[in-house]
Amino acid sequence: MPDKALAGTKVLEYAQFVSGPYCAKIMADFGADVTKIEPPEGDIARQRGPFPGDSPHPERSGLFLYVNINKLGITLALDSPQGKEIFRKLVRDTDILIEDTPPGTMESLGLDYSALKEINPTLIMTSITPFGQTGPYRDYKAYYLNLCQGSGLGYATPYSPLDPQVLDRPPLKEGGLISEYDCGTTAAIATMSALYARMFTGEGQHVDVSKQEALLNLQRPEMAACLTDGERLSRATTEHVDALSGLYPCKDGYVYAMFSEDHHWHALMDLMGNPEWAKDEKFSTVERRRELQLEDTHPWLMPWLAEHTREEILHGLQSRRTPLGPLYRIAEVPHSEHMKVREFFVELSHPEAGALSYPSAIAKFSESPVALERPAPLLGEHNEAVYGQRLGYSSDELSALREAGII
Amino acid sequence: MRRPLEGIRVTDFCWVWAGPAGTELLTYLGAEVIRVESQDHLCGTRRRPPKRGAPPPDINCSTAYNCLNLGKRSVTINLLQPQGLELAKRLIAVSDVVTDNYAGGMMERFGLGYRELKTVKPDIIQISMSGWGAYGPERDYRAYDPVFAGLSGFFEMTGYPDCPPGKVGSFGRCDLSCGNAFTLCILAALIHRAKTGQGQFVDVSQWEVMNCNMGDAYVDYFMNQRSPTRQGNRDELLAPHNCYRCQGEDKWVSIAIGNDEEWQAFCQALGKPEWIGDTRFSSTEGRRQHQQELDSLITEWTVSRTNYEVTEALQRVGVAAFPSLSREELPHDPHLTERGAFVDVVHPEAGSNTCVAPPWRFSSLPADVTNHAPLLGEANEYVFLELLGMPVEEFAVMVGEGVIY
Repeated sequence: MPDKALAGTKVLEYAQFVSGPYCAKIMADFGADVTKIEPPEGDIARQRGPFPGDSPHPERSGLFLYVNINKLGITLALDSPQGKEIFRKLVRDTDILIEDTPPGTMESLGLDYSALKEINPTLIMTSITPFGQTGPYRDYKAYYLNLCQGSGLGYATPYSPLDPQVLDRPPLKEGGLISEYDCGTTAAIATMSALYARMFTGEGQHVDVSKQEALLNLQRPEMAACLTDGERLSRATTEHVDALSGLYPCKDGYVYAMFSEDHHWHALMDLMGNPEWAKDEKFSTVERRRELQLEDTHPWLMPWLAEHTREEILHGLQSRRTPLGPLYRIAEVPHSEHMKVREFFVELSHPEAGALSYPSAIAKFSESPVALERPAPLLGEHNEAVYGQRLGYSSDELSALREAGII
Repeated sequence: MRRPLEGIRVTDFCWVWAGPAGTELLTYLGAEVIRVESQDHLCGTRRRPPKRGAPPPDINCSTAYNCLNLGKRSVTINLLQPQGLELAKRLIAVSDVVTDNYAGGMMERFGLGYRELKTVKPDIIQISMSGWGAYGPERDYRAYDPVFAGLSGFFEMTGYPDCPPGKVGSFGRCDLSCGNAFTLCILAALIHRAKTGQGQFVDVSQWEVMNCNMGDAYVDYFMNQRSPTRQGNRDELLAPHNCYRCQGEDKWVSIAIGNDEEWQAFCQALGKPEWIGDTRFSSTEGRRQHQQELDSLITEWTVSRTNYEVTEALQRVGVAAFPSLSREELPHDPHLTERGAFVDVVHPEAGSNTCVAPPWRFSSLPADVTNHAPLLGEANEYVFLELLGMPVEEFAVMVGEGVIY
């Protein structure tokens, strides 16, 4: 069995919901030994669906089950002297600590980076918070919606310049919890960079990741277009409307098409059987086509699209080297032949939620494979393994800690 | 203090959006990234018009190129000439990582597949990113951001329930999301190599990266055999949870209430203590059921205030509120300014421009913007003469024959 990239790296996670746990999950997928610390009442993600049959159950949250794959799980109340002592013992024995408490919390517990560095000088500690560890908003609270809007991602969503009523309705969040995952990925980059540096310098590090800045970074080119070229964007600005690129309804849904290059247009005409109308001068060159308005193309394209399915258009244009994609519904993707051949969805069995499939990994590695091996932990599932076997607490001590509500 | 990836050299065949966004992060982290370009096959971003209908910019003055390639070097090699291919291999022989984001299999067709590169440099890390990935029935298919974003269900999940899907306000964010995943995979492969001495091939599919980012929605399908869809701003656990109109043209504030405690603080801040006792609103479930009504009541309060005033008043009592910021407003936000979230970069031809700074602060490692984006072929002499030790005469012949072009 080939080695995994992070085999032998120990990660302690004290984080909830998505960003911090997803950051640690990626490292667990890469082979790190991740121990997730939950408060005795459990990660808040356990309260969030999807649940089987929509009946809430802390061991059956689909969100929790997904973002905590490949981890060990323990419970610990940090607000007692004994809890803190145990936390310090865990930190002494780890390479990395991922945490997402509000700025100042770890400090008030005496568990901030400068304190933890004393007991583990090579510790890498990554703190993920809405607005970072410094600055006027560091104590601000923000949920997913607030960060989506506060980072620039939400202001122009839904981008609907053709809808005259769009400005009457509020800007929207992005679909699912996508930007929480993005923050997790960003934090993982920073953490693994510090880990790589440590392999050569032996030095620890504290990493401050602001979710607002992580999301702002997803718009680097768009911010530059605004700051350098004065491009403005709202839900209604029309300067981006390109009559040929965008979303098209077809027989069984929508496709997203782009005809920016000359051969893309010719591919479409070829697929449509080179119709008479396309011989008009106004369709003759890329430059002329950029001037087109919707009424120039829609009367011709829409009836044809209405008679063709997403898959017909996809294969027809892609085989002519033209980028186009169907809009899939979530339920369709697992049935894609391409996804099946790539074995992207992988089944794992969980004692409470049963056998379920999950997205496997962000990439396929030829030599350091990524594998889903362990389902998300039950609440406190590995207390004995971690506290007993790793830290050496006796079973009597464990019972006492349990009775005191510390684990 | 050295940067984390100091000493790592990347031969970068990435182009357009997602790949360059990823290798840009590597420059912040200290890697030497050498972009292989050619006048014969210019990166689309070098000629990207600043606005619809505007003429293409000079190849060294494109905003899109200059903000996605900070800190890189640029060489020009015509890969379609056999000598060009050999030259690329000489560069790869002194590199640690080879990157590309062409459609699946393209590097093999160039003669730069992993099997070949391994003979050039046994411990090379090659990472290829494409819409569909390096194998599978649709691997040759081409994708831009909205194509794989649509495949993943992200578009299906964004928007009002009564409107068409796909109305995402940021057109390139999924490409940059994938650029992040790309960088992360390079780090994993570098750590693996540092421990084992082994290189490898990494296959990244942008569709799959996006599927991972929608993971909980897929679990819903596998649990309940249904297809979750877009819900506007509604949330299953938070209510109220919406954007509310404020003073000014198209100004909004986002407010999210997570529990009863926040709700009570919210009512007090609005000067509506009577809402606390209103049984319709006393539980999350009740607030969810009466969201529409609550939204109108809240708007009556927000509409005569600025979004920053609302934010301050609510944050003071521990309620999550934040303005919906446009791109024009973000660089003026006092918090982002104080944290140094933007940085001015001086480019020899495009002048001084403001860019977004890297999304992390290390306690002691430097990992920020190192340099402006390269002029086309700016590093030809450094790379070919200094790094590869090519005699000046050979260099002149290669330039003359259009190999270095």
